[in-house]
Amino acid sequence: MSVLEIKNLHVNVETEQGTREILRGVDLTINEGEIHAIMGPNGSGKSTLAYTIAGHPKYTVVDGEILFDGENVLEMSVDERARAGLFLAMQYPVEIPGVTVTNFLRTAKTAIDGEAPSVRTWVKDVRESMANLKMDKAFAERNVNEGFSGGEKKRNEILQLELLKPKFAVLDETDSGLDVDALKIVSEGVNRAKANTGLGVLLITHYTRILRYIKPDFVHVFVAGRIAEQGGPELADRLEEEGYDRYQVAEPAAVESVPAE
Amino acid sequence: MTSTAMPTAEQHGLVAHSDGAFVPVQTRSERFRSTNVADFEPVNGREHEWKLSPVAAFADLTSGELDGSRLPIETTDASGISYSYIARDDARIGSAGIPEERASANAWSSFGEALLVSVTGEDAKTAVVTRTGLGDVPRAAHTVIEAAPNSRGFIVLGGAGSARLSENVEIIVGDGASLTVVSLQEWDDEAVHLSSQFARLGRDSFLKHIVVSLGGKVVRVNPSTHLAEQGADIEALGLYFADAGQHLEQQVYVHHDAPHTKSRVTYKGALQGSGARTVWVGDVLIGPKATGTDSYEQNRNLVLTDGTRADSVPNLEIETGDIEGAGHASATGRFDDEQLFYLMARGISEDEARRLVVRGFLTEIVQKIGSPELEERLTAALEAELQGS
Repeated sequence: MSVLEIKNLHVNVETEQGTREILRGVDLTINEGEIHAIMGPNGSGKSTLAYTIAGHPKYTVVDGEILFDGENVLEMSVDERARAGLFLAMQYPVEIPGVTVTNFLRTAKTAIDGEAPSVRTWVKDVRESMANLKMDKAFAERNVNEGFSGGEKKRNEILQLELLKPKFAVLDETDSGLDVDALKIVSEGVNRAKANTGLGVLLITHYTRILRYIKPDFVHVFVAGRIAEQGGPELADRLEEEGYDRYQVAEPAAVESVPAE
Repeated sequence: MTSTAMPTAEQHGLVAHSDGAFVPVQTRSERFRSTNVADFEPVNGREHEWKLSPVAAFADLTSGELDGSRLPIETTDASGISYSYIARDDARIGSAGIPEERASANAWSSFGEALLVSVTGEDAKTAVVTRTGLGDVPRAAHTVIEAAPNSRGFIVLGGAGSARLSENVEIIVGDGASLTVVSLQEWDDEAVHLSSQFARLGRDSFLKHIVVSLGGKVVRVNPSTHLAEQGADIEALGLYFADAGQHLEQQVYVHHDAPHTKSRVTYKGALQGSGARTVWVGDVLIGPKATGTDSYEQNRNLVLTDGTRADSVPNLEIETGDIEGAGHASATGRFDDEQLFYLMARGISEDEARRLVVRGFLTEIVQKIGSPELEERLTAALEAELQGS
């Protein structure tokens, strides 16, 4: 069984104002088949965690480690991480001019599997997954994310999740900007992927709304670059009622200064 | 910088050329033309037609003596296509257009005979003319491609190996004819090739003109199309891929000069590597007779690395109020780090990601060429460009 371990992770980001410490000692272990929700206010470092796992060059790991089945993820390039079985559904998927969804999906699948998918089953798989996500067939011939609406981009992320079959997926605010219909469609996609492949999920969200459709096994509250509290699904219900205020009183989200005791 | 010396008589009464000064508005149709090189001032690189070109790299072609003997060529045979050489005084020479700049005029003044490619017959047919290994001697050439009325043909005019060549190509498209001409530049790394191409389209004729520039140190292919008769239709396509140190240029001119003429100009280029440089200038002139004109031109450039420069300059002049449509678009976009991250986050290696994007971008043009054989060859050539990066 696969396991993703994050240990004492400290991450800096370079900004025009200088170096900022965003993550300040994150510890988290996700087993295959588990769904972990990471919830927290804006600026708490949730997205930084997502991008650091995926290997975005903007973020510098200054301490700690990320292990995937014991392998040091931080030594892997971005594409190696993906090929190892990590997937990041992005909050703001970028447009790729000149590359159709069809071409992109096949290239990614070939890269991840190390061989081209069988033509017949692949075309069928793509068509089925698109139908499940209520994506029009015409999408296949459009350039990746070019002119897509916010909801279409998110569906396209989940389409990739279903087809590339990673072992762990980080969903970075996949729910943001979705209307309730799109939210249900996207959530079903995630649940389907989990049912089919035993995927482990790190679900990053600001709101509890998506947790009605994707049931977390664990909920972690992220404040000022570290996990402030964790528990089961009931913690999400409490957040829904109380919000993040009680954490922020204890430890303001201002990043530079260490709060006085 | 220019000196502040006394005004000199040889400046034709123009304002002294202080840098960044006022550029007089001049309609393209009134641009100076001559077949005689002596009628043009020596090139200094500030002229509007040269200001984006590395003129020092080919001073021999604009002002030196050129060898005007026949070029070594290889040709393929097809029924309805014939090759011959015609004398300078042949009536066809100069019938499609004449030079607007000095390199073109120098070639015109220097060539001995012109290669004539004749296309007759209504069946579709293809012929390839290849010039290979022209050597280091500066040369001049003149080619006339003539499509008889109602004929159909697909002509590839290719270049590979070494070259220092200035040439003129005339394309005469007879009434009702349908012709494709592909100018394919796959020269070696040191080659310089300046080509002015003039097309005259007869009534209800169609020309698909395609410029593909992949190899060469400096390649400047400037196609002008005169839509001279009612119903004439040009589809002008271009595809270029500039690597480090390459200058690939195309100045495209379409003159709508008769009613109900149509033009579509689509050029796409990619740039990669330090000093990779491309220029696209697209002039469209819709003259007073060209009522019902339907025109659209666009240029797209994809910048893959730092240290490149792409110029893209569309110009549209309209001299009649009664047109169907006229538009232009120009965009130069970067393949940026976020795009790279996105593709790599899906398991795709950095090299493959770059290739994927360029291939997709340029394939749009390749697919419009209309010859499966050539499309396949160009796809392979583009692959090689990408692999070589």
